[in-house]
Amino acid sequence: MFGFSRAQVIAFAVLVLAVIAAPFLLYPIVAMQVMCYGLFAMGTNLLMGSVGLLSLGQAAYFGLGGYVAGYLVQSLGMTPEIGIVAGGLAGAALGAVFGWLAIRRQDIYFAMITLALAQIVYFGAVQLTGFTGGENGIQGIPRSALFGLISLKNDRVIYWLVAVVFLAGVLFVHRVVHSPFGQVVKAVRDNEPRMTSLGYQPASYKRVIFILAALLAGVAGGLKATVMGIETLSDVGAATSGLVVLMVLLGGIGTIFGPIVGALVVVAMQYYLAPFGAWVIVIQGAIFVVCVLVFRRGIVGELAYRLKSPL
Amino acid sequence: MTLSRRSVLGTALGAGALSVLPRAGARAAGKTLTIGVCSDFSGVYSDIGGKTSVACVHQAIEDWGAAAKGYDIKVIQGDHQNKPDVGAGLARQWFDNGVDMLIDVPNSAVGLAIASVAAQKNKTYINSNSATSLLTGPKCNASTIHWTYDTYMLSHSTGGAMVAQGGKSWFFITANYAFGQLLRDQTSAVVKAAGGTVVGDVAYPFPQTTDFSSFLLQAQSSGAQVLGLANAGKDTVNSIKQAHQFGITQSGMKIAGLLIYINDVHGMGLDIAQGLVLTESFYWNLNDRTRAFTKRVLPKTPSNYPSMAQAGCYSGTLHFLKAVDAIGVDTASNGAAVVTQMKKMPTDDDAFGKCWIREDGRFMCPSFLFRVKKPGESSTPWDYYDLLHMTPADQTFAPMAGEGCPLVKS
Amino acid sequence: MVMILGKPLPLLFGQLLLGLINGSFYAMLSMGLAIIFGLLRIINFAHGAMFMVGAFVTWALFTYLHIDYWGALICAPVIVGLFGVALERTVIRRIYKLDILYGLLLTFGLAQILQGLATNYFGVSGVSYEAPHGLGGVVNLGFMYLPIYRGFVVFAALVICGATWALIECTRLGALLRAATENPALVQAFGVNVPRLLALTFGGGVALAALAGVLAAPLYSVNPGMGSDLIDTVFAVVVIGGMGSIGGAILTGFALGIIEGFTDVFYPPGSAVVVFVVMAIVLLARPAGLFGKTA
Repeated sequence: MFGFSRAQVIAFAVLVLAVIAAPFLLYPIVAMQVMCYGLFAMGTNLLMGSVGLLSLGQAAYFGLGGYVAGYLVQSLGMTPEIGIVAGGLAGAALGAVFGWLAIRRQDIYFAMITLALAQIVYFGAVQLTGFTGGENGIQGIPRSALFGLISLKNDRVIYWLVAVVFLAGVLFVHRVVHSPFGQVVKAVRDNEPRMTSLGYQPASYKRVIFILAALLAGVAGGLKATVMGIETLSDVGAATSGLVVLMVLLGGIGTIFGPIVGALVVVAMQYYLAPFGAWVIVIQGAIFVVCVLVFRRGIVGELAYRLKSPL
Repeated sequence: MTLSRRSVLGTALGAGALSVLPRAGARAAGKTLTIGVCSDFSGVYSDIGGKTSVACVHQAIEDWGAAAKGYDIKVIQGDHQNKPDVGAGLARQWFDNGVDMLIDVPNSAVGLAIASVAAQKNKTYINSNSATSLLTGPKCNASTIHWTYDTYMLSHSTGGAMVAQGGKSWFFITANYAFGQLLRDQTSAVVKAAGGTVVGDVAYPFPQTTDFSSFLLQAQSSGAQVLGLANAGKDTVNSIKQAHQFGITQSGMKIAGLLIYINDVHGMGLDIAQGLVLTESFYWNLNDRTRAFTKRVLPKTPSNYPSMAQAGCYSGTLHFLKAVDAIGVDTASNGAAVVTQMKKMPTDDDAFGKCWIREDGRFMCPSFLFRVKKPGESSTPWDYYDLLHMTPADQTFAPMAGEGCPLVKS
Repeated sequence: MVMILGKPLPLLFGQLLLGLINGSFYAMLSMGLAIIFGLLRIINFAHGAMFMVGAFVTWALFTYLHIDYWGALICAPVIVGLFGVALERTVIRRIYKLDILYGLLLTFGLAQILQGLATNYFGVSGVSYEAPHGLGGVVNLGFMYLPIYRGFVVFAALVICGATWALIECTRLGALLRAATENPALVQAFGVNVPRLLALTFGGGVALAALAGVLAAPLYSVNPGMGSDLIDTVFAVVVIGGMGSIGGAILTGFALGIIEGFTDVFYPPGSAVVVFVVMAIVLLARPAGLFGKTA
């Protein structure tokens, strides 16, 4: 049905139920964070899974989205939906530029260029204090009314905004992957020289995916800034770039639902293990090691393998 | 099977979330309160906040006699890691889940972020460890009190003293965030008002900088008479240690540590710290009352004597408890009501003596200008200061009018 | 006072010297990285963590075993080197056949584990370690006061880099390593124990990092983040110099330290990012780096 396998339909239904039930079981702020990072991770997974490129600088688009949304809402008094859309577009624009620069290189050099570009963005964020607030960040981002009509001050209300954007994101990602465009991208990942000889331009396809990944990251960043009311340098830093890669790896590279599960585990871990300080970092590192050594398919990837059906 | 795995996970996590924190809503039978200490437990400010702050909060509860009065008071702690988003997230989570009062918070950027959350949630917030005077200026609100000290006190007391000693040209090394920038700006104003000049200024990334050699070199080549350090905690300790390594003091430049705590002096050792002039509003060896308080709290924090900010945690908690007792524990979750009561009652404790809280949330106490002793002059452990001068409370802090606090009717 | 481009000459010389000191560490660390990548094709993101471990081991040797700085210069690299050999045997060995990027992720995870453990036991601010007495004190160079220890660091780094380069380029062992880099199967066919060679190479590479850590301990205040603060820059150095070129890594390390130093004088905020700008430019123009073989 619409290119969804049966397992995927069930998984999506479960996801919708989980999203509806979550605010009654979990602290809503945590659930919203899971959805924002899930969106961010899904975008990164498009790059890692569909194209096979490891980007070490996705936080640049995530943070930029947050800063743009925060600035528009706080300093220019705009409504949140404008902030979030603008955040996404800003991320996509930066993704277009950086993607054009980075796609020319392969593998490790691609990774290093994305790292370098992200560091430059971080530096820019530190320097442009009028826009980003520098080390203090943008604080006290108000939750103004959605479309000028619906107040978002109650956590339960803004939760639905996040849920709708998130679920739309899931459907969007699935659509991209299972479209003719997505098929070409997968073929490019599997055998690029062959696709070139068939007349396709692999670089253009890679660039589009790069932009989509940056778009999703920007939307996720804008959403998070609106919910948390604060945007700081952490969101544009190397640690966040590493964290989203961890989410994708843990959840399952190349799966639709993997990044969501990865985001859930990582966010939950940071929340519940926060009293234990640096042990969170140790555990994150251990998960990286274990995943690379013996669990490369990730949680959902392993599940999909057992079910012999894509997830 | 996909269904069962997912929902089991969800329920388990949800149950976990409920059990970790106290529930909002109806207070448990009996008089219960929850106090949250949000501090830096492992970073550059862990010695001037951290575990000693928690110890002082416990001491206040003990000294007030909570148990005898029938109160059950829970103290929780959280590490903000010097990140405004982590601190704000922690505060939001705590206030949503039954914490009645949040205290401490070294790091002005985090301090400001939490003030926004406290105002939003209308919960009591006693900031006893941040420096930024903005907390009683444009960022003041009805449920926030700024305890202990602020940048105005530091810039006028230490800054003023250095200028009076003849330090007319200044070069600043500034921690590049809310606190450092404000401290540098206010001290520059003091210097200029006294006819001095600011020759140069370099701002470094906070909190990851440990090597100040490049900035010290720039300071030296600027030819300024005074090196103004607009930073605190381990940054200050490193700056001063390295300044000695690079011969800054040998070349005749004076060091103005605009924010130095006794814990920093301890970290540097008297060899390096001797002669430094600094301002604190509390010193453990100042009078009999402070000595008595310190004696009581030391067993809880044996290797780290309390400095002014941690004493502020003690003083603030004590006053909070008195106020809650006066208006009734059921109103404790209404920050504005508690703070209004705290402003009505004058304070009195062993750490700061008799003081009071101003309309804008400013805790009014006198400040003291100290000079660090030479190694030979110190007889007992942590006996580091000579008192030079006391400034009365109403001159220590900026006048209310003109500070920009929305609570103050002008 | 003589001014160049609006800056006093003493300040320029001073920053140049500081840049040379930083460059020493870049050179030593990138050299080890280049060696490991050259032979094992592993991008060792844990290199910075090994540097940090070397510094902490130095502190521990003094605090618990009263082994002084000079003893630590020998003991710490040996200890960390052995640790590296153990890691290679147990963990690194398993990923040779995988995509190169898995190596990056694995070592990234290792680095996080090491840094997290250090943070738990020592706190974010770490511990302090004093310079050895023979090298304490300050010498007045006229344009600046130079702490003697910092001068020693530059000298030591030059010696270490020179010796390592000579080892690789001029000795039989070095020839073996270079041969194994180009054609491991053939080298093994000649009776050389290649797996042992790989283990020793990884151990040797991280021992170099630990040696840099010993040198750094009195300078930068031994803290858990000291490795991760440097690792991105060190990677940039290796990439700019060319991934497998050891001479390139050394030269680029010192050069970039000096460039950083100058940027510090003219545009201080930029010194943190100039390395990455250079890397981006080099990668776009010459994908294999300045001294590397074509990709």
